[in-house]
Amino acid sequence: MRLDTLTNSIGEWLRGTGPDSDIVMSSRVRLARNLAQFPFVSRATEQDRADTERVLRGQIAAVPVGRELDYIDVGHLEEIDRRFLVERQLISREHADAQGARGVAIDRLEQVSLMINEEDHLRIQCMHSGLDLHGAWEQIKVVDDQIERAVSYAFHPRWGYLTACPTNVGTGIRVSVMLHLPALVITRQIDKVFRSLHKISLAVRGLYGEGSQAMGDFYQISNQTTLGRTEDELVQQVADVVPVLIDYERRARDFLVRETQQNVHDQVSRAYGILRTAQTISNEETMQLLSRVRMGVLLGLIGDVKLSDINSLLIRTQPAHLQKLRGGDEDSSDDIERARYLRHHFEGGDSPSRATAN
Amino acid sequence: MIQSFLGTVCAGERTGRTCGDAMKCQQCDNPAVFHITELEAGNVREVHLCEEHARVYLNQSEGGDGGDPGEPGAVEGKGQKGGGLSGPLGVGQTAEDLAILDKRCCDMCGITFFEFRNQGRLGCPHDYLQFEKELDPLIANIHGATEHTGRRPSRPVPAGVDAGSGTDGLTAIIGLRRGMKEAISREDYELAKEARDAIRGIEDAWTPPAKAGEENA
Ligand SMILES: [Zn+2]
Ligand SMILES: [Zn+2]
Repeated sequence: MRLDTLTNSIGEWLRGTGPDSDIVMSSRVRLARNLAQFPFVSRATEQDRADTERVLRGQIAAVPVGRELDYIDVGHLEEIDRRFLVERQLISREHADAQGARGVAIDRLEQVSLMINEEDHLRIQCMHSGLDLHGAWEQIKVVDDQIERAVSYAFHPRWGYLTACPTNVGTGIRVSVMLHLPALVITRQIDKVFRSLHKISLAVRGLYGEGSQAMGDFYQISNQTTLGRTEDELVQQVADVVPVLIDYERRARDFLVRETQQNVHDQVSRAYGILRTAQTISNEETMQLLSRVRMGVLLGLIGDVKLSDINSLLIRTQPAHLQKLRGGDEDSSDDIERARYLRHHFEGGDSPSRATAN
Repeated sequence: MIQSFLGTVCAGERTGRTCGDAMKCQQCDNPAVFHITELEAGNVREVHLCEEHARVYLNQSEGGDGGDPGEPGAVEGKGQKGGGLSGPLGVGQTAEDLAILDKRCCDMCGITFFEFRNQGRLGCPHDYLQFEKELDPLIANIHGATEHTGRRPSRPVPAGVDAGSGTDGLTAIIGLRRGMKEAISREDYELAKEARDAIRGIEDAWTPPAKAGEENA
């Protein structure tokens, strides 16, 4: 099925291009929407969920959202395939672990994803590479408008779009950027930065890790409130803070190069060395080392490695991706397979975005 | 005195925690089911407690000596806000008042306020109207606002429907569906048929008169 074609590709948002993509991995906007005539998902009967899925799936298929969408019936996927979609950020962990009828519609570029029966009936997500919040917002607005012509979203003039959790009510919008901030981590300034973000009511969380534990110096910054401000204002709230964070990170990188050149070069080279030679390696360590190598590439300390390759390896070395890439050979452990995959990638010198897969 | 509110909002994306994750009580290892938001002189602080510790906490607060598990001797709140804030979830409420509130349920989906407090998720869109008084301070607390200013659906409500209630007229189907099911289980087919007809009536009214194809082509 289609998931296998996904295995061999990488999502648009991993291209490693777009404005400020040395620091901003991706920009994302999501909207929470519910159908007025059904209970929210957590209160819905099996029949309600099936009906909600049928209505939304039908409308999404009938509506021109700009490009072709593929529908994946998440409720009938095996666990590994659900985890695979989580790793690609096409569905949430909650959606993967939920029960009952649910699905996701995604476009070929993996920019647009529409989750049906997550916490809300519909979660529309739009993800762009680099810093492009406004682009993501413009795109999602069109999708939202098209669907809204065909269904009645639960709405109240005073409360706005009604959501299962009051933290999302109003606009239902969550605007976020995923940032790579290794230099702020190394120079121990990251906590200070986060405290100041909390003060202006933005949320920070680590990416790829469980809960708020960050893995590989990747952080997601998003708006906390959804009511009382317009969508444009909320997009702008996040957009305003990103240049400041970019500036901090660039300065920290400059500082590292200027003041601790040898030390940084050493760290980066060792990280690269381990990735190329390890015989067994955990997911956490891989993330951490890829983060350092990514920084090394950007600082010009490592040649011959492409940014898009590193971005793609960050996803492809996750457990479900590895398992799908390796196919039948399930005797060896994940960590051994991961090390083998990395060695093959770096030694083979071929582009992992095409060759090694299948 | 401190103004406290019981909320059950899943702090979700706010705290970086996954929505719905079990949070532990700050006083013991039991799951926290009460997520209390304290407003102290304009500052917001969250307290997470199990049922038992929440009772103790609230009773202490009631006594006025600031029973704050985190930092004893809590700050005195200044300027009490208006009546809305001393609503049913205010600290002055007794356990009995709370128990009565907990039993209140939504006319449409049937969720009780207690269930909402426990799960942190509402049952249906009508809950925002059914529990409006209780949700108002909670939402004000989370968002610092109680009025939506963003985008609005462009489709008009059907003729004869009060636009002020949004899509609540359509949400009424949820209650009717529930009623129909109950009627069937009681073998009251007359009532079931009435409910079914009412549902169809609402559905027809809310289906846009311009049939598919108008804009979809
Ligand atoms: Zn406790
Ligand atoms: Zn309800």
